[in-house]
Amino acid sequence: MSERPPLLLFTVLCFGIAVLYLPMLVLITYSFNASAMVNVWGGFSFHWYRELMGNDQILDAALLSLEVGVVASTLAVILGTLAAIALVRFRRFRGRFLLTAMVNAPLVMPEIITGITQLLLFVAMLQLFSWPHRGYTTLVIAHVAFCTAYVTVTVQSRLRSADRSLEEAAMDLGSGPVRAFMDTTLPIIAPALLSGWLLSFTLSLDDLVISSFVSGPGASTLPMVIYSKVKLGVSPDVNALASLIIATVGAGVLIAGMVMRRAERQRLLDVQMATR
Amino acid sequence: MGESSHRMQLFLAALVKRYGRWLIILPPLLFLVVFFLIPFAYSLRISFADTALQVPPYTSVWNYSADHHLSIRLSLDNYRYLLTDEVYAFSYLYSLRTAFFSTLICLLIGYPMAYAMARSSKTTQGILMMIIILPFWTSFLLRVYALEGIIRENGLLNSALLWLGVIHEPLKIMRTSLAVYLGIIYSYLPFMVLPLFATLEKLDHELLEASADLGSSPWRAFFDITLPLSMPGVIAGSMLVFIPAIGEFVIPSLLGGPDNLMIGRVLWDEFFMNRDWPVASAVAIAFLVFLVGPIAIYQHYSAKQQEA
Repeated sequence: MSERPPLLLFTVLCFGIAVLYLPMLVLITYSFNASAMVNVWGGFSFHWYRELMGNDQILDAALLSLEVGVVASTLAVILGTLAAIALVRFRRFRGRFLLTAMVNAPLVMPEIITGITQLLLFVAMLQLFSWPHRGYTTLVIAHVAFCTAYVTVTVQSRLRSADRSLEEAAMDLGSGPVRAFMDTTLPIIAPALLSGWLLSFTLSLDDLVISSFVSGPGASTLPMVIYSKVKLGVSPDVNALASLIIATVGAGVLIAGMVMRRAERQRLLDVQMATR
Repeated sequence: MGESSHRMQLFLAALVKRYGRWLIILPPLLFLVVFFLIPFAYSLRISFADTALQVPPYTSVWNYSADHHLSIRLSLDNYRYLLTDEVYAFSYLYSLRTAFFSTLICLLIGYPMAYAMARSSKTTQGILMMIIILPFWTSFLLRVYALEGIIRENGLLNSALLWLGVIHEPLKIMRTSLAVYLGIIYSYLPFMVLPLFATLEKLDHELLEASADLGSSPWRAFFDITLPLSMPGVIAGSMLVFIPAIGEFVIPSLLGGPDNLMIGRVLWDEFFMNRDWPVASAVAIAFLVFLVGPIAIYQHYSAKQQEA
């Protein structure tokens, strides 16, 4: 389908995109507002960004969020990839149904329920084993649990479409199954691992509800701090923080998108060259 | 020596071959059982306990007495409480209704958007995809906060309408149901557009041309051909909006007023304000049974149907 879309459709499309972007553009504009009044433009200034740099509460929270995000998404990629391999490669095993259910459940489970149930478990575990203390550890565990599901789904679909004949050839040439997998299939599914990691990282950085439940005193992630600030009313330094985050993520997504597109084009080109 | 080490190697290889796959299966399986499945079983247990002034704040469901008799005391009080206090029934229905109508509105806006995208050129499609996906990666919380800047009393919308002379005093949108609807639609619109675009893009344009040749009007052709063929996208997109909308906490909490009680907010308050863990567990379990359960079953069967 590639004729010009009718005017009506095109108008709705433009309207929809405008609605999606307008709030963020307004937010970014007001982050440079010199005035603390939200509806008065007091001239251009970096005031709120400077304010932000001096706010230890926000910086600590950002650091905690980044740390939890990196550790949780790395662990989630490992567990999720293992789960994907198990589900795609092993046709039947004991616990297959259970694993399938647990991998798909977080995708439909309201976060608030996951959060409550995990908190209840952590409280009971702390009583029984004196571990884990609520804070960094419980945050990481809870984030790994929901990120694993997203990684598994991402890797699963890539693994399903991966050609097994290369791996079989490697095994015929004397590689062990692990070595053969590492040498042939792993590079093919690597982009899925990368996008699984990025997805996990974004979800982890963004999570408010589950984190609020499982975290303990003194360990507030960035969304938790933002939420409590926003709940109290508009604060212009949140505008500055939000603009920084939106700009970083936007740049990141654009660059990742372009890199992936180029890699995909290169791959198609290689395939064409190889089959000639 | 060579012989025995070779035999050892064969033995190890056989061992890995026999049990090696458990090295792959067990880590994710055990992790998810302990930190995802057991928590649910455990909350089920707590939902049958009574509230108590102790740490943790509920009574034990089973007790070993001195003579090794196991006594189990299941209290159904929490569930009875859910039925008697009408806040719960009200918030269930309110959540269902809100999620349903926001999904419908998302569909009405998202469908033309996806259709316009599908009918653009390939290059434009790539760019449009990026534009639609970008908000998906941006923080959800921040996007809800950004929306507040538009719809609050002195926000952009009211300023613009006042300036245009359409209204003479600012509209009250924040802290109303309307704000909750706007929040959900704004946040989840990309989830509706992407699956719709994916199905509409694959649609065979020749079918439409054929029906036009046979004298169908464009609208008739749309309802006879395009809409039925795009049903998988309609269903997938609706699920992606409906499911998170129904358990939504952030949007009703930040944009809604005190009477926009969605079930997520009731759970949050029960837990953090009232500190009533057994009732909160009972609400969670009931939520699971009445809302998530049917969705999961539906998805299971529709996945099976697609495979068949």
